[in-house]
Amino acid sequence: MAYGAQAHADAHHNDHPTGWRRWVYSTNHKDIGTMYLIFAIVAGTIGGVLSIAMRLELMNPGMQIFGDAELFNVFVAAHGLIMVFFMVMPAMIGGFGNWMVPLMIGAPDMAFPRMNNVSFWLLPASFALLLMSLFMPGAPGSRGVGAGWTLYAPLTTKGTPGIAMDFAILSLHLAGASSILGAINFITTIFNMRAPGMTLHKMPLFAWSILVTAFLLLLSLPVLAGAITMLLTDRNFGTAFFDSAHGGDPLLWQHLFWFFGHPEVYILILPGFGMVSHIVSTFSRKPVFGYLGMAYAMVAIGVIGFVVWAHHMYAAGISVNTQAYFVFATMVIAVPTGVKVFSWIATMWGGSLSLRAPMLWALGFIFLFTVGGVTGVVLANAGVDRSMHDTYYVVAHFHYVLSLGAVFSIFGGWYYWFPKMTGYMYSEFTAKLHFWLMFIGANITFFPMHFLGLAGMPRRIADYPDAYAGWNMVASVGSYMAFAGMIVFLFGIAQAFTRKLHAPANPWGAGATTLEWTLSSPPPFHSYETLPRIK
Amino acid sequence: MLIFKRMLLVFGALFSFAAAGSAFAADGQPSPWQLGFQKAATPIMEQITSFHTFVTVIIVVIALFVLALLVYVMVRFNENSHPLPSRTAHNTPLEIAWTVVPILILVAIAIPSFRLLFAQYDMPSPDLTITATGSQWYWTYEYPDHGITFDSLMVQEADLKEGQPRLLTVDREVVVPVNKNVQVGVKANDVIHDWAVPSFGIKLDAVPGRLQSTWFRAERTGVFHGQCSELCGRNHAFMPITVRVVTDEEFAAWLEKTKAAANDTGDTSKLAAAGKQN
Repeated sequence: MAYGAQAHADAHHNDHPTGWRRWVYSTNHKDIGTMYLIFAIVAGTIGGVLSIAMRLELMNPGMQIFGDAELFNVFVAAHGLIMVFFMVMPAMIGGFGNWMVPLMIGAPDMAFPRMNNVSFWLLPASFALLLMSLFMPGAPGSRGVGAGWTLYAPLTTKGTPGIAMDFAILSLHLAGASSILGAINFITTIFNMRAPGMTLHKMPLFAWSILVTAFLLLLSLPVLAGAITMLLTDRNFGTAFFDSAHGGDPLLWQHLFWFFGHPEVYILILPGFGMVSHIVSTFSRKPVFGYLGMAYAMVAIGVIGFVVWAHHMYAAGISVNTQAYFVFATMVIAVPTGVKVFSWIATMWGGSLSLRAPMLWALGFIFLFTVGGVTGVVLANAGVDRSMHDTYYVVAHFHYVLSLGAVFSIFGGWYYWFPKMTGYMYSEFTAKLHFWLMFIGANITFFPMHFLGLAGMPRRIADYPDAYAGWNMVASVGSYMAFAGMIVFLFGIAQAFTRKLHAPANPWGAGATTLEWTLSSPPPFHSYETLPRIK
Repeated sequence: MLIFKRMLLVFGALFSFAAAGSAFAADGQPSPWQLGFQKAATPIMEQITSFHTFVTVIIVVIALFVLALLVYVMVRFNENSHPLPSRTAHNTPLEIAWTVVPILILVAIAIPSFRLLFAQYDMPSPDLTITATGSQWYWTYEYPDHGITFDSLMVQEADLKEGQPRLLTVDREVVVPVNKNVQVGVKANDVIHDWAVPSFGIKLDAVPGRLQSTWFRAERTGVFHGQCSELCGRNHAFMPITVRVVTDEEFAAWLEKTKAAANDTGDTSKLAAAGKQN
């Protein structure tokens, strides 16, 4: 073998690189997962600071801290884009997905380790473009993109002539490419690299959730890429896809965006479903109730998630029969979602519950996701959505499913796998303090928004009629409390790394049955020297 | 227990106070600490309100049911009180039940929901047609049958008169007769805006290049406020919508006065528009 020596050198070189090469050139799923998690924490902190700035402005009627209402709009857009593309997605899919999917299915690494590296490193570049856009000329006389994360044309074409919009578009192109590469990697890994004996129907639910998510990414992100490319050419090369004066249609943007955007919101929550299933099962010391139902409920949610997009457009002027169809299709999603919620409760039923920090986050997730879910059932009805569309009721709804749902599941997964990933135990007290501050704070923030929305307060406004002042004050105070929780979270990380309390391979006992708990904490650089066999 | 009952009483009183507060508050605009919708001024908004109450009761019951189950398992199946977990992972009748029961609930919601949706689009023949055109950042109203066109801009805080709500008051209101079917054509000049009046139960995007229409039938006189409901740039928060609903006589008088004013100022475009109609 002529290349034997070279192969040997490579093998040696790849054994365990150190220093900056270990990270920048990384092909190791655990290191890449760690980088994704750090990235998500950084981006999430930035996105969180933006939201606190918005709550400071909205605490009292009148313009306080934003001199220019357009700057407020820029914060709204940046907060949304950062939280969706640079916090939740990197944390769930890039972070926990990379870390845990290969471990859970007994694979030595991801199928395409170098592509995994590209997936990650596209993201800082993408984030840099988005952050740069904040300082570029946007709408006339101001900087940044102030069009919301939905980027509706023609506000993003004629309405925002500055180059900030082009930066944001290219940022989304890179983030989308990163996610598509990641999705290909996960699908290939999960289909081909499961340990001997692990059939799809024996695969842990988190791997199932990532598999469904990866398919949603693979099918929806190209649509976004196409749409933002059309936006780019409309802006720069004289095309008129979204310009009604020249044969285009602003509603085409909305259809394309939401054809991506609705699956996207399931992308943000499905991995959370997977994590919560493991946490609930582990801390109840019981197997997941109705495993197959749980797995196929996620598949059903993923499939139906593709045919409900226009429920975001009930006020856009689509025909009444179109609205009627989307009402029907949207309500159908409540059924598999209900299956999941009741199966989690049935998993706990008859169990032996240990209310450790990850379990608190999971319990918080189940209840708050239910609250966000049932307000979603209200919003699904086009007739009543007429009164709620674009009001704070919608803001309350999607923050209950995302800020209180997705984010709670991320924190649940964080504390659940923190000992596994770092080898250190977190402080139970700090973790629980973090939970209670976030739980109470986020509820105080978002629950009153239902009232504001019913009373008619439009979303994305920098100043509001004085009658809305009371509940806005309450919401702002709640957000400061939740932000204090974020600080406790960061403190908890520092605390764990200074205490250096070593974690055993399985700190959770008999309930933790997935493969990652058979490895040491942290797992060796190369997880499995011999493949595990599943009976 | 007594303390608990007293707390319940206090909360109950607070809640009814807040709810009542909204009922007695100024009509056609939000009021402080309001919990529900603004008071309906059209039959459609009444339908929306009663449908919303119906669905809200259902979802609150579901949410409380889930909460009760969670609290129950946390207490009953705590590791201290229940150290030995069962291994149950299947119960087919239960799984069928929690699939079928939600379907039945959804059907119960869907029937009135579709009735409401189709009622909103069951547009009666209009007694008056107006158009609302959104521009960054004001509305332009047109009464095509009467040759009236005017812009409607928000009144700045310094110029507000006593009792006029900040950010909701405009310099020129839309005036319509009470108990008449008013068709509103909605369009936009630059970006997407949205013409919405909460107490009428209408909200429709103003999309450049399209003329879309909605309708309302206000059943009492008064001033009704709304705000632009689609993000449209810098002053999105500052392009309110105000509709003044008046009696037939007042409306006729307003038409005369407005047409005369347009003639007096020698506004040729408005005269031309008026001429075309005659």
